[in-house]
This record gives sequence, structure tokens and C-alpha cells, in this order.
Amino acid sequence: MKRTSFRYVVPGVAALALTLSACGAGNEGSSSNGSGNSDAPSAASGLSGELRGAGATSQEKAQEAWATAIQGLNDGNLTVDYQGIGSTDGRGQFIDGATSFAGSDSYLKDEELESARERCNGNVIEVPAYVSPIAIAFNLPGIDSLNLSPAVIADIFNNKITKWNDPAIVADNQGVELPDADISPVHRSDDSGTTKNFTDYLGKAAPDNWSYEAEDAFPVSGGKSQAAEGTSGVVELITNTENTIGYADESQIGDLGTVSVGVGDTFSAPTADGAAKVVAVSTRVEGRDATDMATDVDRTTTEEGAYPVILLSYLIACENYDDDTEAANVKGYLSYIVSDEGQQAAADAAGSAPLSDEVATEAQGIVENISAG
Amino acid sequence: MSIQSPPASSPTLTHARLPRQAPLMVGAVAVAVTAIGLVLGLGSVAAVLIGALVFLVVLPVWSLAVENRRSATDRMMTGLIWATFFVALAPLVSLVWTVVAEGSQALSGTFFTYSFYRTSLDQPVGVYHAIMGTLVITGVAALISVPVGILTAIYLIEYGKKNTFSRVVTFLVDVMTGIPSIVAGLFAFALFTLIFGPGHQSGLGGAVALSLLMIPTVVRATEEMLRLVPDDLREAAYALGTPRWRTIVRVVLPTSVGGIIAGVTLAVARVIGETAPLLLIAGIVQRTNFNPFDGSMTTLPVLIFSERNKGNIEIVWGAALVLMVLVMLLNVIARVLGKILAPKQG
Amino acid sequence: MSTTLTTKEAPAGGDPSPSWISERSGRGDAIFKGLTIAAAALILLALASVFIFLFTQGFAGFTQPAEVYSKYGSSFWGYVWPLLASTIVASLIALIIAVPLAIGIALVITQYAPSWLSTPVAYVIDLLAAVPSVVYGLWAGIYLAPKLVPIYEWLHEHLGFIPLFGDVVSSGRSISTAGLVLAIMILPIITAISREVFSRTPRLHREAALALGATRWEMIRMTVFPYGRSGVISAVMLGLGRALGETMAVVMVLSPGTLFTFNLFSGSNTPSIAANIALRYKERSEGTLEVLIATGLVLFLLTFAINFAARWAVARSERKLAG
Repeated sequence: MKRTSFRYVVPGVAALALTLSACGAGNEGSSSNGSGNSDAPSAASGLSGELRGAGATSQEKAQEAWATAIQGLNDGNLTVDYQGIGSTDGRGQFIDGATSFAGSDSYLKDEELESARERCNGNVIEVPAYVSPIAIAFNLPGIDSLNLSPAVIADIFNNKITKWNDPAIVADNQGVELPDADISPVHRSDDSGTTKNFTDYLGKAAPDNWSYEAEDAFPVSGGKSQAAEGTSGVVELITNTENTIGYADESQIGDLGTVSVGVGDTFSAPTADGAAKVVAVSTRVEGRDATDMATDVDRTTTEEGAYPVILLSYLIACENYDDDTEAANVKGYLSYIVSDEGQQAAADAAGSAPLSDEVATEAQGIVENISAG
Repeated sequence: MSIQSPPASSPTLTHARLPRQAPLMVGAVAVAVTAIGLVLGLGSVAAVLIGALVFLVVLPVWSLAVENRRSATDRMMTGLIWATFFVALAPLVSLVWTVVAEGSQALSGTFFTYSFYRTSLDQPVGVYHAIMGTLVITGVAALISVPVGILTAIYLIEYGKKNTFSRVVTFLVDVMTGIPSIVAGLFAFALFTLIFGPGHQSGLGGAVALSLLMIPTVVRATEEMLRLVPDDLREAAYALGTPRWRTIVRVVLPTSVGGIIAGVTLAVARVIGETAPLLLIAGIVQRTNFNPFDGSMTTLPVLIFSERNKGNIEIVWGAALVLMVLVMLLNVIARVLGKILAPKQG
Repeated sequence: MSTTLTTKEAPAGGDPSPSWISERSGRGDAIFKGLTIAAAALILLALASVFIFLFTQGFAGFTQPAEVYSKYGSSFWGYVWPLLASTIVASLIALIIAVPLAIGIALVITQYAPSWLSTPVAYVIDLLAAVPSVVYGLWAGIYLAPKLVPIYEWLHEHLGFIPLFGDVVSSGRSISTAGLVLAIMILPIITAISREVFSRTPRLHREAALALGATRWEMIRMTVFPYGRSGVISAVMLGLGRALGETMAVVMVLSPGTLFTFNLFSGSNTPSIAANIALRYKERSEGTLEVLIATGLVLFLLTFAINFAARWAVARSERKLAG
């Protein structure tokens, strides 16, 4: 009598397994939406298989938009899998060969470039994906905007200024009701390109107040500071906690209040225009390959309206891949990203600033040379 | 208290006692205080706390006044000990309430049948791929650990009674119970990295890590059930000339099958919510993946963790609700099976 | 018992089947027994390989160049001690909260609740064990942590002179919150075992105490507690073992920093060992994986020692109960 139980269980389990594997997700069948779109570069269609990338969490929203769009262009035959794990780890995984491309908020360091060249057996491609202001965002009920000079920002983030109604803050914000509350600076807990750009800015714009090197890991700990993982982790923490201030890609901060930073004698808000002005005066890193568009951002510009706390977000890939499909996928995806349509998609979905025509054309030229063999 | 003192004898043997309904009366007062607190605009938590405090203080003080110090202590401890249960209940109620209230908003048809794969940004997303990944990985883990666990338990109980090898195995099973799940995951991660190169992620790796956590539970549950099988049954089978292995397969196992299935179900319920090992080795993808040997595989717990980091909070609560329901379902199934198929003894 | 006579060649001790059975079906038996031995040996092999693997891979993690450890220190011990300290602090907080509660609940189930109520009470507490840790982490990080901030603020204001109650992180994501979640998670484990030993208190002892005029609490103190002490101790250790290795509840609740501090309310305390692994496994710089495995080895050895001590205590208490 008991024995029969097994007899029922085994076919039952088998049948269940069959039913499950027989039906895929409702949305994964071939669809043909979007394939009629003619603006996209030709390399971006006719692709299939899986394309793996990883890196900057600041790119997550934009990557989602790009991946979705190119999946649509290829009738659901291509899967683009971008993992937001932070710029540093993204570069590491690319060099390791775990991913086909990386997204990064800072360009490859010299020693990383060496290993990347080895991984690629040749030239490494580094093109900007988009430019975005890093917003210094805060959560103070009723306050949308504050003026802070670089020195004050530095002192807030190294826990020297601890109250929102500190005279140094009040001085630049006449007429704003600042609460008598403790400031809680929020930084990234993981290694991050956003952190590197932000600390680079602090070190260059307020050298007397910020003595740390530009680093992927945030250098200050303790006091009232707190940390969260990823861009959205930081944004979520600030959004849900009053009296906090932190830094994150402007495209992802939602309705949070933002700091206008002191530039020269005025204060500029984080805008795409302000970011573009800074890019215009920034210089290329010397001694890099022709396929490498690495740029040193000018943090100390005094041009009016310029917003120097920006990140230039890069796409890192190889010029040559062993595998045909991999090469075609990377080429197609990257050319879509730097195309007008891709830039527009990111601007719509993530609110990033599109690349200037000049930069986009150069990037397009580099990406077109991706090949196999 | 069967000894009754004669009515006229010395009064020291008995003492005044509170009325039987004293706790009820104080309880009513405490509830009234809570209600007043609520009316006066205290927060619900504060009002309940004050009510509880009133109960915990008034009853012992009353007892101290009427009875004696020992009774007062007893009444206070009774109150405190009951309070521990309600304190423990609070997080459970809050958690279940939050998950159900927030999670039910995410539920919809596409939530269960769609994956994260989209070809256009206005398409909805669902957790189909994560549910399938969870089922595949826990299924493979069960495929590995159930035979190993049951056979090991059979060895320990039926063959290796107390010899050195079985003592060593028993000890190691104990050790395995204590392996932190992240260490199991790290082991699988490092092992598969070594074999397949960096960045390798697969459902199989996750299943291997989960098996390490599952095997000891299966061994333990099976051992316990096999021990319950009366020796008379075995001896009766031997007396009929049945070979030993047939006795085990045909007599011992069927007798304990209910308990074993229940134990296995509980073991599955325990690992189905594991996150840390799968985060390392199974990873996350947007698309449904049924093949445990190739490519990353999304599971519900990992999806909850990573989407929480991305801030997709609605999906996260929905996935948490699905996971909770899965786990609770398995627990209920285990209980029911254990009861229905329990060997009838006596 | 025949165990003392067993040798390697002889079939396992206590084999009750007479020899004529093995003659008739020796083959089937040999195969089946071989299978069961293989399964047991597989467990042995698996565990041995975990240990050997962690050890060989992690060994390189002890002696990496200083910059690999730069996150928390300059050597392996400099790297691991802040993590270890956080692990232990969070687990201790969990124990301090969970143990009295668990003992109280075990008493409710075994001594106070009428029998129709004790089963549902026990079931409800078991439900706590069924909730996946990631759901605890989710609930605690979003819902519980902010609610605790006023309590922390109050402690900081009134007991701030104690270094444990320092500045309060405004989101409540501190090691004390992590400890509280761990407490909820280990509560059912400690309750289950305590309940078991309490229920085994001999009826005679209890009734004798009551007959002598003891109140219920005095009876518990005089009979249940002394009888169950070693069992409760082992329950506490098992709970501790679980708390030390728990990952997600800490990762999702703690706002991690790089300096260990005794301030329980700080938003920049080092994560626990397990949480650190989950936060950093993605890193691909040279030597990181080895260092993480080495910290995993430290955690493994720690939980192993604690579980071992717990089992020993259980065995001792069982012997005591049996005698």
C-alpha cells in the first residue's frame, strides 16, 4: 500500500518537469516590433546570441534602454546582459575575459591598460558612452537647491562640517531656512567610477580641504557618514532618509534636491549644458592608442555655467575578438550606443546628455573597426 | 493542594489570595489604558507598550499588597514569560503583513508569465525566469542530495551501526550542518572558477552549493525516520528469507516513506530561500534559462537582492511574496505528508 | 555490544542477518551495501574537498602584498580582525536579545500554555525559521531600520556616555539593527532545542516541587532550569553558529564602512566576514579572491569550533539525561 506512493511520485515529478520546460516565458517568443526602424546603424541588426557586459552602475538605466532597443531591433534573437557591478569590477571582469565589454565611469588606469591589451591581443577600444553631471543630491524637506563652494562640499564629505545650519553653508545660502540637524554624508560602499570622479573633483577644486587621492573607494569613513551599494543604492538611501547628502549620476536622482557648485564666483546647477562646457575644455590623455578616447576632465575651469563635477562614462571593448558572433555583437551594440538614435534613447530613458556630434562621429569611426580573427 | 487546613487552625498555613479573575481584571484595565492612549493620540506601538507595562506592573504590585512576595514574583514572571511570546510574534506579524501588503500590488498575469527580457521599454516585466531558475536549481540540488542523503542514512542506521566509519560520517554530517551558506557558495564559486575559468556562472554550481547545505538535513531526517521503524518488521522479513537489501527497499523504506518525504520537503524549503551562494555562482540574467549546465540562472532570492539594489521596489516585494508563499507551501506540504504517511505504530 | 569486535574485514558491527541469507542473495546485498557506503564516502569526500580546497586556495590569501588588504588594513590579520570583530559584535547582540526571549517562549510552550495552545504557539515560532533570510533583510532594511532610529536616538541621548551608544546613523542601518534581525532569525533555533530539553524535565521533580508549596516560577527555577541548563547552553551555541555565518540579513541592513567601531549605531562599521564576501566577490584584482576565501576559512573554522562545542554539550546533556 505504501509502495504505491513512489509509483505516483516519480511520473508525477517527470510530468511536472516536462510541462515546465515546455513553456517559455510569455514574452520571449520572436517578435517583430521595432525592426522597421531605419535610423539605427546597419551593424545593429541581424545579430543573435548573448552579449555579456558589466560595469558602472551609473550606466544601468541607459544600458537598460540600449539593450532593450537592440533586442527589439533583432527580433528578440539577441540578448544583451549588462550587470551593474561598479566600474572597477566591470573593468576587472572585462580584463579577466568574463565579459565582452565593460561600462566604466573612469578610463583604464595605465596598469589596467596593459592587462587589457593582453586580453585583447591588440588595441583596446575606449569610447565615451555619454556625459553626465554627477549631482550632489540631498534630502532636506522643502529645499530644492543649495549653493555650496567646493571647499564646503569637501568639508561636508570629510565630516568637518556636521550641521546643516553651519555658518559656512548659511553664508552662501541667504534666505534659505536651514535646519539645525546633523548632516549625514552618503557615499558608495563599493569601488566606483563615480566616486573616483567625485573625489578627483574635490581634490582638484578644493585641494586645501581635500587631501585624498582620486580613488575608486571612498576614502572617508566614520562620523555620521553612511554607505550604500551602487548608484541606485545611494539614491534610495538619500531618498528615504532626511538630512542626508550624497553624490550620484544626475540621471538617476529623481526628485532629490541638488547642489549648485561654486565655479569661479558663481554657482552652477548640474545640467547637460554645464557638463558639455567642461568637456569642451578638457584634454585627451596623452600616450594612448588611436582607439582610446580617454579624457582628463578639467575640474578647475572657471567658465560661467560650466559644471565640473561630471563623469565621462566609457565603453571599453577590444578591437579584435576571436569569435565572429562576439565581434559582430559588440560592434553592433556599441555602434548603436554611439549613434544618434542610441544617444537619444539614453537621453529619453536616463536623462543623460547626448555626446556632441564631433565626439560621436569619432567614436563611430573607432567602433566600426571592431572585427573578428 | 490537597491538604486542607481545618478552618479554626493557625492562619499561617493559608494566606489571602487574589480573586481567580485577577489577571483578567488587570488585563481589562490594561486594554482600557491602551484604548485611552490611542484616543489621546499616542502611536499604536507606544499605546500597546504602555498597556503591556500596566499589566506587568499592576498585577505583581496588587499581589504584593494582598498576597506575599513570592506570589508577586510568580505573577510577574508569568506575565514576563508570556510577554516574550508576543514580543517574538511582533516581527513575524509585521514582516508577513508588509510582504503581503506590498507584494500583492505587484501581482498580475504578466508578473508570473514574463521574464525581464524586453524588446521595448514599455513592455511589462515579470519573474517567470526567476521562478523557473529557483525550481531548476533546487530541483537539481534535490536530485544530488536526496539519493546521497538517503543512502547515507541507510548505511548509518542499517549497516554501519556505530563502527568507526559511520561515527566519522555522523560527525562530518554534524560539521556540514554548521557550514555557513556563504562558505558553501564560495567553495562552489572558487571550484568552478578553477575548472571553467573566471566569471563562470551556472545553475549547476548553485545546485552543488545548495546540496552541501541540503545533504545533512536529508541525512538527519531519514536517520530519524529509519530509527522509528520497529525491529520486529525487519526481523519478520529476515525470517521469511528476504535478503537484507530487499528488506530495506521493500519493508523499511516504504514504512518510513512519509517521514522521509516530509524531511526532504523541509530540506528543500530550507534551501529554496538561500541567497548568498546563488549570488556568487548562479548569478542573474534577464532571460529564462532552463539549462543548469550553461549560463547564469536567475533565482527568486538573488532577484530580490539585486533588484532591491537597483531600486525596483515593487517587483522586489512581489518576488518576496512569491518566495514566501513557496516556502510556506513546502512547509505545509511537509507537515501534511508527514501526518498522512506516518507509520502507524503500536 | 559487538562494536568492539569489529574489524575492517568483517561486515559492519551489529549485523543481525544470519549467514545463510548472505549466501542466497549475497550479490544484491553487496551491491546495495556498496551503494550506501559510496554515498557515505561521497559526503566524506565532499567535506574533505571543501576543507582542502578552502585551505589550499585560501592559503595564498594569508600572504598577499599589502595593497590587496588595503581596504581594512595592511596584512591579513589587519584585514580580517575588523570583519571578525563586527561578526562577533552582531552575533552577541543577537544572542543578548534572542536568548531570554527563546527561553521565555520555550517555557510558555512547555510549562505555561495549555496543551491545546502549545502546538500552535510552537508552530508560529517555527514559521520564523521558515522565512528566507533575504526577505528578512528586505523587510529590515526598508521597514524596520528607520523605525528603530528614535530608540537609538533616545539611548544615545540618555546613555551616550557609554561608547557603545555613539552617534546614530540617520537611516538606522547599523550593526545594532543587523544584530536585531539576526536575533529574530536565531530565535526559533534556540527555542526549538530549549523546548525539547525543558519538556524532558522529569514529571516527578516538577510535581515534588509544587507539592512542597513552590510557586510555578519557583518550580521552574528549582527543577526545569538546572535540568535543562546544558541543553540550553548548546542551543545558544548553535544559534551563535548560525548568526556568525548569516550573510544576507547583514548585507541588506548594514551601511558598511572600513573602520571597526564599538559604536553600535554607526553607519560606517565594518561588515561581517560573510557580508564582506558577498559585497566583494565581484572584485577581480589580483589576490582578492584568495583573501576572501581565507576569510571564509576563518569563518568556517570559527563556526566549526562553536558547533563542535555545542554538539559536545548536547551529547553531555543527553548522557546526563539518560543516566
